[in-house]
Amino acid sequence: MYAVENSTVAEESVSPQSPSSNKRVMIDVKDLSLVFQTNDGPVNALSDINLKIGEGDFVSFIGPSGCGKTTLLRVIADLEKQTAGSISVNGTTPEDARLNRLYGYVFQAAALLPWRTIKKNCAVPLEISGHSQAHQNKQIDKYLRMVGLQDFHEKYPWQLSGGMQQRASIARALCIEPDLLLMDEPFGALDEITRDHMNVELLKIWDETKKTVVFVTHSISEAVMLSTHIVVMSPRPGRITKVIESPLPRMKDLALRDTEAFHALAAEIRAALAEEHAID
Amino acid sequence: MKESIFDKKWFAIVVFIIAITALWYAAALWMNGNQLVKTYERKNQEWTYSTIIAEAYQVKRPMLPPPHQVFAQWYKTVFDTKVTSKRSLVYHTMVTLQSTMLGFVLGTVLGVAIAIGIVHNRTMEMSFMPWVIASQTIPILAIAPIIVVVLGAINLTGVVPKAIISMYLSFFPVTIGMVKGLRSSDRMHLELMQTYNASNSQTFWMLRWYSAQPFLFASLKVAIAAALVGAIVAELPTGAQGGLGSRLLSGSYYGQTVQIWAALFMAALLGLSLVTVVSLFEKILLRRRGVSV
Repeated sequence: MYAVENSTVAEESVSPQSPSSNKRVMIDVKDLSLVFQTNDGPVNALSDINLKIGEGDFVSFIGPSGCGKTTLLRVIADLEKQTAGSISVNGTTPEDARLNRLYGYVFQAAALLPWRTIKKNCAVPLEISGHSQAHQNKQIDKYLRMVGLQDFHEKYPWQLSGGMQQRASIARALCIEPDLLLMDEPFGALDEITRDHMNVELLKIWDETKKTVVFVTHSISEAVMLSTHIVVMSPRPGRITKVIESPLPRMKDLALRDTEAFHALAAEIRAALAEEHAID
Repeated sequence: MKESIFDKKWFAIVVFIIAITALWYAAALWMNGNQLVKTYERKNQEWTYSTIIAEAYQVKRPMLPPPHQVFAQWYKTVFDTKVTSKRSLVYHTMVTLQSTMLGFVLGTVLGVAIAIGIVHNRTMEMSFMPWVIASQTIPILAIAPIIVVVLGAINLTGVVPKAIISMYLSFFPVTIGMVKGLRSSDRMHLELMQTYNASNSQTFWMLRWYSAQPFLFASLKVAIAAALVGAIVAELPTGAQGGLGSRLLSGSYYGQTVQIWAALFMAALLGLSLVTVVSLFEKILLRRRGVSV
């Protein structure tokens, strides 16, 4: 763990997490900027972003609102285009990655289609990629079981609680077994108890599937609980101020939250966030 | 708190019906009575208020027939006349219903098709939308005979010209509603489709079509009423042999005001039923997709 003076170091600090340098780089962002043209003039949503995310990492973007963490996730997902710099995902452009159906995107809200049952909702990405009915059923069964919704196949979204809906949306994202799971504050609307539970579930799924996860959050404890790397961001202009590699084990449980190491990491993130606020 | 009679739903309905009926009777007395007074005075005959009141409600060709006369005529021509007879109101209603339904179906298909085109093609929106709107500013009464004559020239007669006029009136609300509806999809849902690289047609059939349905049904209720008006209007200038429109026309030829009102009553009843059927379909469909109604 070390503080980062500039973003070039930030770039290096992410990848060498594993001692072996043969880990593939999944996402490579170089000098990326994004300026939104608004009626009130240009807004620097992202400024000089440099970041490497390795395959199998769990990377969290954390920062106050307006720091561009969601925007950066959207650039990775090809929902926004950068105005300068470059980004590659799995060796290609985000657009090609999207066209190759590399992504599973989980939104802030569950975004389930209200006219489809939970099972049919999970089928959406599979239907789009034209998988056979048998394969669809197999995948949906597997992942609904994984998120603990095996008994809710035939329910409609409104019949489920908010936490269950969000789990269904995670199952939907996992069904096509995407290489990259992009999650935009997926548990932001949930109460703390449900959120803790969901964090544990997500870690299990991540450990089981070995996916690369990029996770946007504004909760420090959530970031510590989940991540292998924490990217601290700051607003005006949106930029990366620090990348912290977690010294904690990949698999964590709730008991870990009362340990010294957990608190130390949380304190480091908090300090990094506070530092930037002082500059603001 | 004890529920008072004024809180009951049926109470409001009954009061409203009584008020309308009373107003109708008063208007009938005033209009028919004036006519009777004029007749008596022209003939230099004596008249009293009591005779006028008595006679005003049973004039053979009243200015405004009172409700019981209209209802009696309606009942007679619906229940006491053979359905196959040209004097049967049921027969005429079926004739009008036929072109209404055909026009409604054609109008819905056309309306949805235009809306899909407009939503998926910017050029189509700019080139087509003004025509769609302009088409509705032309009085249907003016264009209906032209349509009938033009179609008659290519040997299209009977139900088709009438259905075309119904279609002409009913496609418009469907187009407007569907354009709005197809664009009403949740932004998050659209982005979801985008991240999965869904094609336009996949996005349409999985998302847009469903989010448009509440708008579609609202439009269909307007469209089916418009289709009925279209069918009746189409029967007016064409000298059609059957249909509620021809009943209205022949009624006005021969001063049969009671017949006109009975046909109007029937048209209103038919319109109400058609809208109710559409609402029923809406409810069934929404329930099937699991939304509590």
